[in-house]
Amino acid sequence: MARAAVEPGLRPLAWEMRGRVALALAFVLLAALPFVLPLLGAQAVVGLATRMLIYAIAAASLNLILGYAGLVSFGHAAYYGVGAYVVGILYAHWASDEPLLGLVPGTDQFLLAVPAAVIVSGLAALVLGALSLRTSGVQFIMITLAFAQMLFFLFVSLDHYGGDDGLIMRRPNALLGLNLRDDATMYLVALGALALYLLLLSRIVRSRFGRVLSGIRQDERRVIALGIEPYPYKLAAFVIAGMGAGLAGALMANMTRFVSPDMLHWTKSGEFMIMVILGGVGSLFGPVLGAACLIGLEYVLAGLTEDWQFYLGPLLVLVVLFARGGLSGLLGRRAGVGGSDG
Amino acid sequence: MSLILEQILNGLQLGVTLFLLAAGLTLVFGIMGVINLAHGSLFMVGAYAAAWAAGRTGSYALGALAGLAAAALIGILVEFVVLRRLYDRNHLDQVLATFGLILFFNQGTAMLFGRQPLFVDMPALLSGAVEIIPGVPYPVYRLAVIAVGLLVAAGLYLLINHTRIGMLVRAGATNREMVRALGVDVRLLYTLVFGLGALLAGLAGLMAGPLSSVQVGMGENILILTFVVVVIGGIGSVRGAVFGALLVGLADTLLRAFLPGLLRGVMAGPEADALGAGISSMGVYLLMAVVLLLRPRGLFPAHG
Repeated sequence: MARAAVEPGLRPLAWEMRGRVALALAFVLLAALPFVLPLLGAQAVVGLATRMLIYAIAAASLNLILGYAGLVSFGHAAYYGVGAYVVGILYAHWASDEPLLGLVPGTDQFLLAVPAAVIVSGLAALVLGALSLRTSGVQFIMITLAFAQMLFFLFVSLDHYGGDDGLIMRRPNALLGLNLRDDATMYLVALGALALYLLLLSRIVRSRFGRVLSGIRQDERRVIALGIEPYPYKLAAFVIAGMGAGLAGALMANMTRFVSPDMLHWTKSGEFMIMVILGGVGSLFGPVLGAACLIGLEYVLAGLTEDWQFYLGPLLVLVVLFARGGLSGLLGRRAGVGGSDG
Repeated sequence: MSLILEQILNGLQLGVTLFLLAAGLTLVFGIMGVINLAHGSLFMVGAYAAAWAAGRTGSYALGALAGLAAAALIGILVEFVVLRRLYDRNHLDQVLATFGLILFFNQGTAMLFGRQPLFVDMPALLSGAVEIIPGVPYPVYRLAVIAVGLLVAAGLYLLINHTRIGMLVRAGATNREMVRALGVDVRLLYTLVFGLGALLAGLAGLMAGPLSSVQVGMGENILILTFVVVVIGGIGSVRGAVFGALLVGLADTLLRAFLPGLLRGVMAGPEADALGAGISSMGVYLLMAVVLLLRPRGLFPAHG
């Protein structure tokens, strides 16, 4: 357990190298998955794996504020849903050929719609985060939840975009001649997006900015005493997280070719939190593990019984009560590599 | 004019329901420091137990008793089995564990009673309408709900400010550690307070039964609105819960009733309806945003 005390920045070079090789290997294996699975007769699993990857992006983004900065946001699905709706609405305006509000032309181009989704969800996170971050603790949990519910009702009331029933996209966005309807292609796009977002997060977490976020989680008063005003840091992290969720939503809209208010439902926010906790708070790959685990568990349980939530609920209670640190905590302990801080 | 009065009464009735939930939620948080998402499930338990018992016996009063008993008992059981282990945990653990409880309760209720909503008959005694204000006939049942809510609010005030238990509750809200150090049986106090909160949630649920359909997920819809109340009123403060609940109840009801009409005066019909529906469903959340801008700790902060 002595190794566990070593700070990531001070790790011996060999460790660092070994980690990178393992990562590259994992990436290659994951990239090969959609070509291997059909050979094993498990074509349907590719779609499931794509969902895991997309949810992993959302969970990883939540982990930045929840795990690193200690901000328990219970409204993360709002930004996920906003991202999805931006893709859906732009597509609807492209299909009907009438500009949004008479100004913004619609589009079916992936490289326009997805960045737009990321930016708009970032803006939503900026506005709602600026308000929510005026509070802390339990109030913050309640407020993020309430604002997410507000956006949920907003989209329910938008009859023009399907209201309760949601919006169907006839085709996924066009991306450089790729066919996103193809399972393997969509999978690889999602994998690429996840890899890029994780790369960005790993840079953020190691930067001075990331250290300040960690400091805010551990003891906000000390951070203030060091002469750092926490609010802008928290808000910036909140926006980055919102943009990540928007990216996940935009990808999901492309995968399912359907957006609906259900994507903003508060239970979705709860699921994102479960993924983060299940995987292990405040570790880079924990949320990926957690997302894969929860989606897989839901898939298996739903196959066994219609009432899977009846069993998932108590399971969750047990995980919270008895398995602290989540899966990566368990795995890490076994491998002798602990988290960077307690 | 009479329409406005009627809607104000409707707003009061929603406000009273919200108060019953918010009081329990805010007390539990104020004293145990626990955020309990499953509070809405107790609301649902109260409603279902009352609907089931009333359907079986044909007596609304027996149904009401069953609703209260079920909510309080299940509340105490939940405290004993799960919540008790969460008092010293961080909010994240509390949120997740109680989220798990919601999944359990919702699916469990669906397994027992099905996904179809239940409908509850009004008690015969309270089914008519009276003109308390001349020219405005108003359902007796809704008036009774308002009266019960106001009575409970008064009772809570007396309980908290003029009894020994209330003194401990206030002391617990101010400084938990000190109460423990003074040798008070904190565990018992916690269970009592949690049971009281559950009882109030059950009361709100069983009274809401005849007004709206009893269905799975009813607890969470109102729980989120209750969060808005608690944030506006100031967390941990029962006085804040009263004012926050009335404010939210009135604002929500009046916006829904009158905003589309007002907008129709300025713009075309269907657009006004769509915009009105959108804004009025977001209204209370915008109200919360405004309160937060002016007073980040709510209107009646509990400490300091």
